Amino acid sequence: MKKNGMPSRLFLLLCLLFLYAPILVLMAFSFNGSVSKAVWAGFSLKWYLQLFQNDMILDALWVTLAVSALAAVISTLLGTAAAIGFRNMRRRSRTVCLTINNIPLTNADIITGVSMMLLFMLALSGLNGLFGLKWKMGFVTLLIAHITFDVPNVILSVMPKLRQLDPNIYEAAQDLGDHGLHAFYKVILPEIMPGVINGLIIAFTLSIDDFVISYFTAGSGTQTLSMVIYSMAKKRVSPEINALSTLMFLAVVALMVLVNLRQTRQEKRAKRQQENLSAQ
Amino acid sequence: MSKELIRLSDCVMKYDDEIILDHLNLYINDKEFLTLLGPSGCGKTTTLRIIGGFQTPTSGDVFFEGKRINQVPPYQRKINTVFQKYALFTHMNIYENVAFGLRIQKRPEDEIAKRVEEALELVNLPGYGKRSVDSLSGGQQQRVAIARAIVNRPQVLLLDEPLGALDLKLRKDMQVELKNIQREVGITFIYVTHDQEEALTMSDTVVVMDKGNIQQIGTPQDIYNEPKNAFVADFIGESNIIDGIMAEDKVVKLYGKKFPCLDAGFAPNESVDVVIRPEDIDIVPVEQGQLTGTVTEVTFKGMHYDIIVDFQGFKWLIQTTDFSPEGARIGVKIDPDGFHVMKKSKYSGKFGDYSSYSSEYDELNEDAEAEDEE
Amino acid sequence: MKSKAIAYPYVGWMALFVVAPILIITLYAFTSGDREFTLSNFQDMSQYASAFGRSFLLAAVATLICVLIGYPMAYFLARETGWIHRMATMLIMLPMWMNFLLRTYSWKFLLERNGLINSFFGLFGLGPFQMIDTHGAIVLGMVYNFLPYMVLPIFSVITKIDHKVIEAAQDLGANNLTVFRRVIFPLSLPGVLSGITMVFIPSVSTFAISRLLGGSKTLLLGNLIDMQIIGTAYNPHLGSAISLVMMVIVIICMAVMNHFGDGEQGVSL
Repeated sequence: MKKNGMPSRLFLLLCLLFLYAPILVLMAFSFNGSVSKAVWAGFSLKWYLQLFQNDMILDALWVTLAVSALAAVISTLLGTAAAIGFRNMRRRSRTVCLTINNIPLTNADIITGVSMMLLFMLALSGLNGLFGLKWKMGFVTLLIAHITFDVPNVILSVMPKLRQLDPNIYEAAQDLGDHGLHAFYKVILPEIMPGVINGLIIAFTLSIDDFVISYFTAGSGTQTLSMVIYSMAKKRVSPEINALSTLMFLAVVALMVLVNLRQTRQEKRAKRQQENLSAQ
Repeated sequence: MSKELIRLSDCVMKYDDEIILDHLNLYINDKEFLTLLGPSGCGKTTTLRIIGGFQTPTSGDVFFEGKRINQVPPYQRKINTVFQKYALFTHMNIYENVAFGLRIQKRPEDEIAKRVEEALELVNLPGYGKRSVDSLSGGQQQRVAIARAIVNRPQVLLLDEPLGALDLKLRKDMQVELKNIQREVGITFIYVTHDQEEALTMSDTVVVMDKGNIQQIGTPQDIYNEPKNAFVADFIGESNIIDGIMAEDKVVKLYGKKFPCLDAGFAPNESVDVVIRPEDIDIVPVEQGQLTGTVTEVTFKGMHYDIIVDFQGFKWLIQTTDFSPEGARIGVKIDPDGFHVMKKSKYSGKFGDYSSYSSEYDELNEDAEAEDEE
Repeated sequence: MKSKAIAYPYVGWMALFVVAPILIITLYAFTSGDREFTLSNFQDMSQYASAFGRSFLLAAVATLICVLIGYPMAYFLARETGWIHRMATMLIMLPMWMNFLLRTYSWKFLLERNGLINSFFGLFGLGPFQMIDTHGAIVLGMVYNFLPYMVLPIFSVITKIDHKVIEAAQDLGANNLTVFRRVIFPLSLPGVLSGITMVFIPSVSTFAISRLLGGSKTLLLGNLIDMQIIGTAYNPHLGSAISLVMMVIVIICMAVMNHFGDGEQGVSL
């Protein structure tokens, strides 16, 4: 392939501008002193101050973080176990399992959300009728929904690592006298750990970012940040959202930089080890 | 041989400050089977890629039939390549893979069909056109890659370690087959390999390379029997390389003793490297021996024994069908044509001592090389 | 490692929270409020035919635009060397890490009647133009939000093409255009197909983009479902029927496309 010429470089630049400009404009206007979307009225932090006095937003932030963290941890455990178990299944049952596992991945979010909402309504009315309870959709149903769409992504991330695993490695550990769970912890887990960690991160970010499924399964009393943003954005254009976007975007950028730094450091260490090895 | 077809003149190839090819001069005749042989990193693949047009030399010229072709892109050269890992088009079936070049030339459909089938027959895959690439074994994919190149009737076929990924048995079969194909289509083959046996089996001309330089060009017999320096002697087959002094024409001195040999043309008392092939040494009773030594190691190799013999601290490898036990004192006798005398070079003293002999010498080296190349 | 039993908790989970909901939505679609079998939900849907048509049309247009912008973008990024190539994935992913609604909202901010773009035109005495609350704005929102889903798979497929295969094509007489047409493009088709899926499905089912950028008058399928399930026109049976039909149409579309994609392989373009 040839190198890019000027026109294709220009095209790339325009595309990236298209992707980034709206976000940058939003961020710039979060520091605007007036409510106007078109007039610059001097630098101000007042939207940030208002943001942090907004209890609805802070509550929603807390719900979002809690549900994302819990869902990420639970689905990582569930998904890793499932991925390992799937590999030991017979071909046919494995195919069935993986096909079902794929449903939340390929289905439109709205269908996943609506169908789970119907299930929750049906189940809750049944349970409430039987036991005279007054349970409603809320944090628990939200959590269940998040786990349901997180696990397939964890499995997707762990599966390739399991496939790369040398089939003899577990037997080798057993052959050397190690057995059962211990061999698993000592031998298998370290090998697939990158995939597990990756799955955890993906699950967490998907949960943080989710709107559609939360919207249908959180009930009327519980709100995630996305839901608050939706209701705010729907009604009127509030500059507090600009402030919120800026903070979230910067948080993401900081996280990415951190992850990248860690990666480069690891790569460097690995390289140094390699050099030491070859020097011997 | 016939007329000259390709000439590389003073070709230099540099990446950053690393010199890959160092003022290379080489000409290739029409219809010959020429092999570029050398260890990984010797520049053989770079040479091939320059001929194919995938790389342009930093300086120097490439001529094809007398015309300078430095700037001619690969698709305008009458040269086709068989790639190391075949590089077949996985999104096309076998027929379309082979027909690729002809379709680009916009040949009529019936001609394409005829030539594709001919090419597939040539590589022993008649009727395989409808199959997908993935359904073929490595050896069969290799044949498709050859058919895909040959169907365009190039004047030159370049082959970049084409047998590297095949197992030993298949590799030997393919060596013979490749040679037959070359005879049948009657075009120039330029073949790159690190496998000396492959080079000796198939080639009309072998070019031995190391560190971007050509070490020797010659027929397989020349290369094996008359290596120019210690590198070539060691790289091609097994050699004991011993320091010697050329006492006079046809007399060489080793260990202070004079031996009759066939070499001449050196200055009196010039220091030289002396190559003795392990199979040219006869074991005789101690009293009849020109030299005597102690057997330190014996390995059974099937057709012969590998015996390591200590001659005054320098260990020789001898290949013989006669068994001698470890620790035995033996005598050896070498006929005059068993000695080959070489001028001293920068490679002197680096090769040819079997002190660190391992019975798996060949296989180990090859595997390491194959991995390096990737 | 030998045991498959550790997968059972998740198998149970799937039965309860993946399979059961699909069955329930099917059940709802074929029943009425008084729990009797009926096809009336599907008959009632005919009044929403225009919403179906609009949803699939707008999603198709957005997907097409994504292909037209995303393919060259992925191709040029794959051809870059050095830091641009290394950072390419990151450059495309980063906007995606911004909340999806905030990204959509940023366009609302720009497109409004007294928004930034109209103010800019105002400087030249032009406009104001009606940009928000149009179909164009919805398509723009879809393209903007889902373009990375198109670029990433194509980029990764093109990057993975063995350079030797391209050299082989050149060697056999193909010039740069032919190499692209006969080798790079066919080999990158799987990436295009997966990109199309990843853009089309969220586009056809969206309700947030149309709500934020299309105003309250433009109804897409997602808005219909939203209205039937949560909103003003509460009728979960009709909502389920619409969801089911949408799901089936999408599955058929994807199956046809993938079949077509497979058929493409092995046949020369």
